[in-house]
Amino acid sequence: MTVTDDRPAAEVGSARRRKEDARLITGRTNWTENLTLPGMLHLAILRSPVAHARIASIDVAPALREAGVVAVFTGRDIADAQGSLPCAWPVTADIVHPDHPALAVEEVRHAGEAVAVVVARDRASALDALAAIEVDYDPLPVVLDMEAALAEGADLVHADKGTNASYTWIYDSAQAGSGGSVEQARADAEVVIRRRYRQQRLIPAFMEPRSVVVDPTGDQVTVWSATQIPHILRFLLAVITGTPEHKVRVIAPDVGGGFGGKLQVTAEEMIAFVIAQRLGRPVKYTESRSESLLSAHHGRDQIQDLELSAKRDGTVLGLHVKLLANMGAYLGIVTPGVPLLGAFMYNAIYKFAAYRFECTGVFTNTTLTDAYRGAGRPEATFAIERIMDELAVELGMDPIELRRRNWIGTGEFPFNTVAGLTYDSGNYEAATDKALALLGYDELRAEQARRRESHDPVQLGIGVSTYTEMCGLAPSRVLGALRYGAGGWEHASVRLLPTGKVEVVTGTSPHGQGHETAWSQIVADQLGVGFDDVEVLHGDTRTSVRGLDTYGSRSLAVGGIALVEACRKVVDKAKPIAAHMLECDVSDLEFTGGSFRVRGNPDGGRTLADCALAVFAAHDLPDGIEPSLDADATYDPVNFSFPHGTHLCAVEVDTDTGRVGIRSYVAVDDVGLVVNPLIVEGQVHGGVAQGIGQALYEEAVYDADGNLVTGTLVDYLVPSAADLPNLVTDRTETAAPGHPLGVKGVGEAGAIAATPAVVNAIVDALRPYGVNDVPMPCTPERIWRAIRDAGAAGAAGSGEAQEGGEQS
Amino acid sequence: MTRISVTVDGVRYDDDVEPRTLLVYYLRERLGKVGTVVGCDTSNCGACTVLMAGPDSSPVAVKSCNVLAVQADRHQITTIEGLSDHGGPQHPLQQAFHDRHALQCGFCTPGMILASVDLLAENPDPTDEEIRTGLEGNLCRCTGYQNIVRAVHDAAAAMRANGATVPAARPAADASQPAAEEVPA
Repeated sequence: MTVTDDRPAAEVGSARRRKEDARLITGRTNWTENLTLPGMLHLAILRSPVAHARIASIDVAPALREAGVVAVFTGRDIADAQGSLPCAWPVTADIVHPDHPALAVEEVRHAGEAVAVVVARDRASALDALAAIEVDYDPLPVVLDMEAALAEGADLVHADKGTNASYTWIYDSAQAGSGGSVEQARADAEVVIRRRYRQQRLIPAFMEPRSVVVDPTGDQVTVWSATQIPHILRFLLAVITGTPEHKVRVIAPDVGGGFGGKLQVTAEEMIAFVIAQRLGRPVKYTESRSESLLSAHHGRDQIQDLELSAKRDGTVLGLHVKLLANMGAYLGIVTPGVPLLGAFMYNAIYKFAAYRFECTGVFTNTTLTDAYRGAGRPEATFAIERIMDELAVELGMDPIELRRRNWIGTGEFPFNTVAGLTYDSGNYEAATDKALALLGYDELRAEQARRRESHDPVQLGIGVSTYTEMCGLAPSRVLGALRYGAGGWEHASVRLLPTGKVEVVTGTSPHGQGHETAWSQIVADQLGVGFDDVEVLHGDTRTSVRGLDTYGSRSLAVGGIALVEACRKVVDKAKPIAAHMLECDVSDLEFTGGSFRVRGNPDGGRTLADCALAVFAAHDLPDGIEPSLDADATYDPVNFSFPHGTHLCAVEVDTDTGRVGIRSYVAVDDVGLVVNPLIVEGQVHGGVAQGIGQALYEEAVYDADGNLVTGTLVDYLVPSAADLPNLVTDRTETAAPGHPLGVKGVGEAGAIAATPAVVNAIVDALRPYGVNDVPMPCTPERIWRAIRDAGAAGAAGSGEAQEGGEQS
Repeated sequence: MTRISVTVDGVRYDDDVEPRTLLVYYLRERLGKVGTVVGCDTSNCGACTVLMAGPDSSPVAVKSCNVLAVQADRHQITTIEGLSDHGGPQHPLQQAFHDRHALQCGFCTPGMILASVDLLAENPDPTDEEIRTGLEGNLCRCTGYQNIVRAVHDAAAAMRANGATVPAARPAADASQPAAEEVPA
């Protein structure tokens, strides 16, 4: 039972290939949609074709006559049972929080809202019968534009609420005591920059469409769902429907991506949960891609008005942010809170003296918005990094130099920010210097100057993004202060099996992140067992009893500590048993490399496996010792963690066609110490890809009637391999203080950093043409128009901006 | 119902199918080949990609959501589950995807690997650019594709070093089957 043989000195830090891959590359996967149960029925959902209407009548009788149809349900049929879908983050005391029925009862408020459900013996019969349902809609006025929605006398999404404003949430550093007033900063300023940016609406577009199977035939109602949050789903299904919590089991089997898009209690889950119990038979619902794009929650969709005040030497003074955040038609699980996650990040890595943030959540007749990778932080980072570039241009200063003059120095941590947070650690200098060298910043600036001088139709632009973000959601007390409905702790259990193998149960719920691999690495080091001797169990509330799941770059930063603490408890429990076997005092023992040895005596130790077998037999344990080494730990973080980094992007923009090519992209991230560099690099790649997607390709678009016109992957441009560049990635490592692993978080960093880097590069390329913004996504048409419009404006006004930008 | 005879991962199946049944649903729901997945309804994502060979034609990658089951009559299909023998050595692309961390959630992976098999059959030594354009019809939301490109390069090198494509990539024609007939319209 030598479990320590052939084990590298340290698993943590090594580029272990993933355990998860074996099943994923051979198709031996367990997606929810794969599941078939005896007697299982299939659901198909009729969705509203209009954005806002009263449901005058629904005739389901013709559908009931179709072959294979078992039942048809409308909202009225299940109104009592379905309750209202949850919003766990009512951010203010007076928030307007309308009911959110899973299946519409009186009214539909966005295109794609569920109106009726067919239950049939097979998928095709259920889908066929949808066409036979007859619905009469009485149209109501459609509200789409946020500013129009807030205007006096605007039509209302929820008439009974009397307003389209859900809430207004304010943070003011002068009131909070974390800084001065923005009015004073403005009065002291020599330069004031005002800009409006638009965060277009995005769709998470996870590759696995959502799917749910509910089996009500056992003692527990079992729910399989393609979800990021099995534990939260179980709790909320129980609370909302009144089903006793111990009678609900939720399983998240293999889940094909989420990016926040599966951080939701969905209408479809609730519908399946209610109907399965109503019929007493297992049911399955799997959405089509079109349904997914139409009705799964969207992300971003904000209007950002910023005012930045500064001195002529570049010192930033005050930042005032006014935000309109599109809620969509309803509030999802954390819809109102998403902008708040950005509220603390607008000041970014800079030492602002004063900060004020005001956000109003607005209802419109659109699909609800909610978390999408970064959730609030990409929006904040985009806005501040864009306006810092505007300030640099105004001052005639290099954008890197401007940032250097304002960022928090590496010796200044822990640093209390103007937004009231305490940044744990960082080294912005090191990350930036590394990124500049990798990009060849000075050489590219020289080439840019040459191209400008020669009026090259293909201009070069360099974009800078020096970001930080907050990871490790979240200290429960902070969440409580922000009126969030749950805590932010995480749980882990470690079970020592009699053969010395280890089962780890985690409350995190991976859906592509590689927890099975990374958690095995951590446990291998903590317990001195082999990487392959650890099995990581997750995503089933019967096994993983406690947990708060995976989102907000929290799994390693929070769940990792819980795991380490559980491992340490195991070692502590084994110690008296080892001492008993070695006939020594506990205080004489040391634990290294998986073995207890008498200090100073390298021979004759006892491994954890020896102790595990000893407690299994329990023949000869010290008096009063529990015959188990198993341990649990629940960890509640004391602070967020703050990864940071510098992303640089060089683009070539064809000023004749508006086409953008990313010539080089450098990402230097500091995510603390690293458990598995392979996984970290993969997270950066994927995050940057999504950030580039926002900058260049993706946008959910509604027409004037509220129809989603980007309802398929033909129209909603998830980037393909041909649309993305090779990235140069590197790291600096600044340990997270007080964390046993020194880790921060990496899941969202790329998506947060990349978008402003790309757009700053495009705008930088077009500065000689008088362009100071291009709305996202920066399509060739928009770039072409921006050049044309700036040229026209330049021709009418100052000629300076026209230099190098002759337009026909 | 229409009678079809199709060989999937080396096993012949004779089945009656509705003419409208898509190959991917035949594979998943009738044969239990759930390694092949459905990611969209407009043939954009490529998650459902399988290899399809006629009696007289080499295997090519097809999006099985875009092929009717009846069109697969007398054809040989290789899914991700048949690309290598269970428990045996993996196809060089499977190995390379693992080694290069070319997958995260893994939902696109079966289609991505099978599209890559086809790509390397056409072009055994592709450039970065050729890999990227060759896999344009397969979407991945997790990886940003960079490690997929690396994996395809690695697999290409391994396959060139072996001097031949791996047999599973090109299932042998079943001589017992009659020649292809016109696919019913």
